[in-house]
Amino acid sequence: MRLAIASGKGGTGKTTVAVSLALSLTDAAPLFLDCDVEEPNAALFLRPTLTEQRDAVQRIPVVDTDRCTGCGRCAEVCEFHAIVAVGQDVLVFPELCHGCGSCARACQIALSEAAGGGADVEGAIREVDHKIGLLERGHASSLTFAQGTLNVGEPMAVPVIGQLKRWALETLNGDTRPVIFDAPPGTSCPVVETMRGADAVLLVTEPTPFGLHDLRIAVEVARDELSLPVAVVINRDGVGDAGVDDFCAAEHIPILLRIPLARGIAEGIANGQSLVDLYPAYREHFRRLWQQLTELATTGVNLKP
Amino acid sequence: MKQLVILSGKGGTGKTTVTAALAHLASQTHRLVLADGDVDAANLELVLAPTVEETHDFTGGKIAKIDPVECIACGRCAEVCRFDALSARNDAFVVDPIACEGCAACSYVCPTGAIHMELQRAGLWFRSQTHYGPFYHAHLFAGQENSGKLVTLVKQMARLHAFDEESDLLLVDGPPGTGCPVIAALSGADMALIVTEPTVSGTHDLARILGLTAHFHIPAVVLLNKADLSPAQSDAIAAVCASPSADGNDGKPPLIGRLPYDPAVTKAMVHGVPVTATDGPVSEALRTAWNALQRLL
Repeated sequence: MRLAIASGKGGTGKTTVAVSLALSLTDAAPLFLDCDVEEPNAALFLRPTLTEQRDAVQRIPVVDTDRCTGCGRCAEVCEFHAIVAVGQDVLVFPELCHGCGSCARACQIALSEAAGGGADVEGAIREVDHKIGLLERGHASSLTFAQGTLNVGEPMAVPVIGQLKRWALETLNGDTRPVIFDAPPGTSCPVVETMRGADAVLLVTEPTPFGLHDLRIAVEVARDELSLPVAVVINRDGVGDAGVDDFCAAEHIPILLRIPLARGIAEGIANGQSLVDLYPAYREHFRRLWQQLTELATTGVNLKP
Repeated sequence: MKQLVILSGKGGTGKTTVTAALAHLASQTHRLVLADGDVDAANLELVLAPTVEETHDFTGGKIAKIDPVECIACGRCAEVCRFDALSARNDAFVVDPIACEGCAACSYVCPTGAIHMELQRAGLWFRSQTHYGPFYHAHLFAGQENSGKLVTLVKQMARLHAFDEESDLLLVDGPPGTGCPVIAALSGADMALIVTEPTVSGTHDLARILGLTAHFHIPAVVLLNKADLSPAQSDAIAAVCASPSADGNDGKPPLIGRLPYDPAVTKAMVHGVPVTATDGPVSEALRTAWNALQRLL
């Protein structure tokens, strides 16, 4: 099973749950992907040995000014205003570019038409790899680990997450080991990119008005938009009010685990310890959690009718 | 008019709690406009009890639509799509709206003109009134793209209002992370207040968010939440910061305060009030931090 662990609200304990779940499944040699590429933290707890790396890239256009006729077709077709024609000059804004290739294609067609037709006429735009982040792969005992890191100052997390997932899932070679995607906070495109291809989504929340508000939106993304079965873990149980319990009951979303509010847990995690290191009895809870999620993924019982 | 953005890198360190407290404190002496720059998990409204005065649609990007009658299933669209958004179904190609980036590459190559681009209603934005000042906020619909664009819109509206009303402070509650919505929230700010916590993750993410503020040449100050949780991590964070009263700070961000770990913070959130509206050590520490912040802003 491929499980995405998400939350909506940040800091509810996604990484705490994801790390402890992975450490409870070491007999099955799980694959762990830290998809929170803006703030990857799982390695601080799993302490993997990273043995391989490659660049995460975005394809961006480079204009050959000698061959550019200044026709402006490239700018016309760009939906993202990432390439702009100013008189005879063409400016590229790499941080706005989605790498779709439309500008290069439009340029080739324009130059080809100007030359009287022919597919063999070269355009004035070629695409080059622009590095936006780093992908790393390695091991922590039996666990295979991979993470992506978006370069500071680069806006686009989605391509880094997509490339990380493709690269890391190669290591499976078709076998059925447990796969865990540790998602970023929020409910927009980086979270969707993380959840794509998962069999189920585990949402980690805290029983507070903020936790509930963001849990509702995370359920909309996972269950209603992506049609994935969802279950909930309540972290810091006892801290707030009953809103999350009431919501889950009304929506028939199973609450599979409760982790109490305890200063000892908060202090241990603050210092880089995992929950199962602090309290080994949790291993059994997390194994049962995985079993229940596997059943949920198979039956998909709580999908919105 | 000064623009202060509250960021954190790591999520859940207390950005919104701090923003609400600053709104409460600042409104006693300043003319204030507020904006929630976290449009996919917009929580500031839960504490500010806004009265919504205007609601507007946000149209984000476009997505491709294929007319099945016009489609001849040639597959040119799928060949050029770099986002795996097109696939054949029966006698026509269909678009996966979740995968579609709205680049329109498919529409340019379709030989029969069967593909057109459709604007998406991707969220709502609001102009509201609160006890502390006018408030601009938004809801991005679940799973949508263009959160950065919506953050920019919310901020633009708030800024215009602040100029019109000759307000002296615009407070922006930011999203977690370092990517596009964070960059949108940070752009044009006079100062970034980074709320962090003394944990291995907090320390790691603080370095990245300070890298981001430095990259955009925006001065940063740091506020340490749950300061007594880990003395070792607190020391690590204090080591990368300067004292707020120091003359020269070697480019280090001033540490303007330390808030103790206190359940009173969550209690205030459950009751929907800023923590500074109650008495206690966190409230006291926030008042001291606000005084330090005013001297630096």
